Amino acid sequence: MRYGYYPGCSLGSTAAPYDVSTKAIAKPLGLELEEIHDWNCCGATEYFSIQKTAAYALVARNLALAADQDGLTQLAAPCSACYLNLRKTDHYMGKYPKIGERTNEALAAGGLSYQPGSLEVRHLIDIVVNDVGLEAIAEKVTNPLKGLRLAPYYGCLIVRPTLGDESFDDPEYPTHLDGLLDALGATVVDFPLKAHCCGGHMTQISADTAYELIRRLLQNAADYEADAIVTICPMCQLNLDAYQSQVNGHFGTSFNLPVLYFTQMIGLALGMQPKELGIGKEIVSASKVLKKIGADTEEAEAKPQRKKRDDQSLPMPKV
Amino acid sequence: MTVAHSRNDFQSEVIAKTPGGEALLTCLQCGTCGGSCPSGPDMDHSPRKIFAMIEAGMKEEVLQSNTPWYCVSCYYCMVRCPKEIPITDIMYTLKNMAVKAKYYDSSDAPDFSESFIGFIEKYGRSFELGLATRYHLTHKPLSKFSYGPFALGMLMKNRVSLRPERIENIDQLRAILDKAKSLEVV
Repeated sequence: MRYGYYPGCSLGSTAAPYDVSTKAIAKPLGLELEEIHDWNCCGATEYFSIQKTAAYALVARNLALAADQDGLTQLAAPCSACYLNLRKTDHYMGKYPKIGERTNEALAAGGLSYQPGSLEVRHLIDIVVNDVGLEAIAEKVTNPLKGLRLAPYYGCLIVRPTLGDESFDDPEYPTHLDGLLDALGATVVDFPLKAHCCGGHMTQISADTAYELIRRLLQNAADYEADAIVTICPMCQLNLDAYQSQVNGHFGTSFNLPVLYFTQMIGLALGMQPKELGIGKEIVSASKVLKKIGADTEEAEAKPQRKKRDDQSLPMPKV
Repeated sequence: MTVAHSRNDFQSEVIAKTPGGEALLTCLQCGTCGGSCPSGPDMDHSPRKIFAMIEAGMKEEVLQSNTPWYCVSCYYCMVRCPKEIPITDIMYTLKNMAVKAKYYDSSDAPDFSESFIGFIEKYGRSFELGLATRYHLTHKPLSKFSYGPFALGMLMKNRVSLRPERIENIDQLRAILDKAKSLEVV
């Protein structure tokens, strides 16, 4: 199966392990991922905040490049924000003629054009579960994730908004990732907040607001005795993993929950080495948890954490 | 179907600038949006109240509030609204209008967005390290300390690019964005 691959900016930096593990599992799963040549940023949630026409044009350049690339009809995005921006721009260009016309007028300044509907924008989890199929994946499992209690975390943008057309999973209680982790042999814990928000960019706007949203998710996963949280989005992974120690410092909690990508879990179940999957780059080490399935993460024992600063003692900006 | 008429210029402008925005006129004031909002408790006004304020023509109060900037774009309100009002898109419209009207003295948020897109326009890709440095040094230098462990952890795990990546055809992208900006309806 051949797909255009739009990695998005995060996969080149903060979410590099997501990119590495996606590429590692593509071949065994029979996925041919062809990177869109010279793609640009999707604008995340920022460009639409400032200038909508430019924001649509920014996204549409990627759609135009992808549609021009050797007859691609399917575009795979591993990042939920990229997925939404690509899908939403394609959908709005078709549904609202003014947006379509204006966006194409802007594209024309760069010698490009895009006919809405030419591409089907898909999230990687949708492709893995629906195109590869859970049965086919289960057959390839050589190292079942037996005994691992995993909390499937979806976040927002892969299931919401529904955009008039059918969404591939339920907007409030999605189950694709649950099914996948189950097929990999893991114990899937109930995780009522599975589609709640990780705070997105709020860590930068109002840290207090973001920390509370992150705390709720960690608490919920801990309440259901998850060993780890499995995510499908770079922003969710970053917020839950890299801000976990700050959340602990802020609330006096002691969460120690590794946050891994679903592609890394697939790789482990297929018998790949943690290192091939970018495991070891998470801030909250997964090495202890992964010992349960006999995975050797070759990582030095977790270094003693630096003493936490008390956030309250600093003048936090209030908006 | 009877279509209600907007009651003031501000409301008309919000509707005109939002795809599917006419649905705003059918708001029932049921509060499902505010009840679904993860950052609602920290907003100056809940989305429900903001819609009532828009209907009352309270332009300055709406555009000066932190409400649109505290929207995390989770789209819960949007999938739950019984009148299918594109609430998240309305929040984006309000942000656009607030930036144009320069009604945001007390908030860091617009500058975060502007710093972010500054890097996109220059390189075609986002650049977290540059963004963090520029945004934090100009806006919250004192809070740098609290980000210390975060930044250190990310650097030690080699998860931060130290240099921005520039796309090959940046001139094409700039031409497209310049044209788009000239088409933006003010």
